[in-house]
Amino acid sequence: MSKRITIDPITRIEGHLRIDVEVDGGKVTKAWSSGQMWRGVELILLGRDPRDAWAITQRICGVCTTVHAITSVRAVENALNLEIPVNAQFIRNMIISAHAIHDHIVHFYHLSALDWVDVVSALKADPLKTAQLAESLSDWPLNNKHVMTQTLEKLKSFVGTGQLGPFTNGYWGHPAMKLSPEVNLLAVAHYLQALDAQRHANKIVTLLGSKSPHIQNVAVGGVSNPIATDSQSVLTIERLLKLKMHMDALGDFIRKVYLVDIAAIGAFYADWTKYGAGITNYLSCPDFPMDSKGTQFLVPGGHIPNGDMAKFKPITAFGDAYLRDGVEESVKHSWYNYSKPGPLHPYKGETVPNYTDFQDDGKYSWLKAPTFYGERAQVGPLASVLAGVASGHQPTINYATKVLDTASSLLGSKIPLAALHSTIGRHAARAVRAGVMQEVMVQNWQALIDNIAKGDTKSFNKPVFPKGEIMGYGFHEAPRGLLSHWTVIKDGKIANYQCVVPSTWNAGPRDENDKIGPYEASLMDNPIADAELPLEVLRTVHSFDPCLACAVHVVEDNKEVVQVKAL
Amino acid sequence: MRVVILGVGNILLTDEGVGVHAVNELTARYDLPDEVEVIDGGTSGMDCLDQVSDADWLVIADSMRAKKEPGTITRLTGDEIPAFFKTKISPHQVGISDMLGTLNFHGLMPRNIVLLGVEPKSFATAMELSPDIAAVLPKVVDMLVAELVAIGVPPKPKAA
Repeated sequence: MSKRITIDPITRIEGHLRIDVEVDGGKVTKAWSSGQMWRGVELILLGRDPRDAWAITQRICGVCTTVHAITSVRAVENALNLEIPVNAQFIRNMIISAHAIHDHIVHFYHLSALDWVDVVSALKADPLKTAQLAESLSDWPLNNKHVMTQTLEKLKSFVGTGQLGPFTNGYWGHPAMKLSPEVNLLAVAHYLQALDAQRHANKIVTLLGSKSPHIQNVAVGGVSNPIATDSQSVLTIERLLKLKMHMDALGDFIRKVYLVDIAAIGAFYADWTKYGAGITNYLSCPDFPMDSKGTQFLVPGGHIPNGDMAKFKPITAFGDAYLRDGVEESVKHSWYNYSKPGPLHPYKGETVPNYTDFQDDGKYSWLKAPTFYGERAQVGPLASVLAGVASGHQPTINYATKVLDTASSLLGSKIPLAALHSTIGRHAARAVRAGVMQEVMVQNWQALIDNIAKGDTKSFNKPVFPKGEIMGYGFHEAPRGLLSHWTVIKDGKIANYQCVVPSTWNAGPRDENDKIGPYEASLMDNPIADAELPLEVLRTVHSFDPCLACAVHVVEDNKEVVQVKAL
Repeated sequence: MRVVILGVGNILLTDEGVGVHAVNELTARYDLPDEVEVIDGGTSGMDCLDQVSDADWLVIADSMRAKKEPGTITRLTGDEIPAFFKTKISPHQVGISDMLGTLNFHGLMPRNIVLLGVEPKSFATAMELSPDIAAVLPKVVDMLVAELVAIGVPPKPKAA
């Protein structure tokens, strides 16, 4: 007898996501992923000046602010065929890498670690043993017994006040929680330290972007940061040195804490390398352009059909035709109507709502269902890391090897690369990518210094909009994966604008051929120990770093934090 | 003393953005003392952690659905706020509630917190407030000013 579970909203995520699963024989047999909020930003942009689109699109969401700003200017620049000064590329690259590292650290420690870490169990830990374990894994200076004792005291006093705060909704004592009290305490210690680490990333974004949240410094044609080494108000040597300090601090945390913790969680939850693969058709794009045109990138991206690394096909430049021509969106199962049957390319995309209520076999989501040459694709750090490995990108290979080797030695048996096709693998890939991006950030910092030293201080090329119709698209390998903005511009005004966001790729509903999407596919066969407390569903969904780009920010006063209905 | 005025909300969804509109209006009409930092938090939560942490005063302006008449302004202080967020839903799931929860655990909670919540009328997709809520915006700004006066950091009206 199957049992239906509805989780609405999935906790600790941005925006409204509803997940329904049917459970039979202790595992998931059917799944639906539904975006519960309509994102109408495309309509707001019609008729506006394309130079303003970035400032508006970055307000779509509370987590992915910067990424929409960057992707929007890339789309408009692509439409104009406008090159931008390399200084602007370097500055944008530092901002997007810092932003993504911030996202990854906060996502793992503050938003999803509690799916794996039992905070209440940590109260039983021996701080000395915890420190011994921690010091055997890493030479991070804050792994000592003094820190662990302090953490335990803090946790005791916190739980003693009855104010569990961010931990209120945890699944404490759930049978799927497997870590020892010591590992749990170590995770809590690093949870606290992660707050300091994310601060370094945020400082980088603020120093370069003038404001966080919602950066102010990008412009169609470059950035608005004036560069002068001898002026107080602009990007000075002093500020540049400060940036480097924050970058180095982030590097230490990623290498000595984040990557190690991921390896440990992966080893202790090795079972979870068997669940959650879902759609293994992977799509990513290259990023961190180092030339003015966007043809040379520091990190590769492309398409891996059905997990076959040998068939990797790279995406090579801004405006890439293989990516441009492969994307379509279906609304057969989404609360929209198109003016004609079948999926539409984003340039021809339409945003006409048609809400029907939740229909299992009909329409059930505000998200559209994107496809790449007719097939569903999974996007995200895992897609990017696999593309890096497939194309021989050395930094990616180094960090991936480090995580797998550390996890293997903890487990006592070899964990292969293929284990990454899983729920836990998505977390590991995110940490690998954080390591890669920290190196990228430092490379861009050096490139900027070197270029300024040559006397090049240009950071902006003025855009000129022609009469008539032009179109373009921009892509960005955002924290949650491939993000693209598509725009049609007529006589200098926006005539169409479509955002195909990572969570649409991953969380989208069934498509034109009724095939399930990546979230839905990844939930199939997940074990469910207790249908009233479907922690396993949360684990798999959270591994995607769900973020429905809609972010309604009202306070409501009449619902449970998570509504779990088991029917 | 450090006072943070935080306006949050999505300015693409009509009244959802009332908190942001309110702080923008505040800075347009008043010069603020050095101790006061005004943040347009937009749709963000965790990104504001740094600026909010360890403040002496945190005054939040936001939209708040409490099933009251549109335009009703609810003022919550201190413990009312964590309790409010802890037991009730907020689509600010990774927003204000998580931010405050995280700060609380780290011992960096602002020492005094005030939340001014405005009951919204419309969440339509548009960048302007609905007329009903636009009409109470000056009152929200006045209440923010009153908070600053009470804290002892009065703003000065800008010369016309």
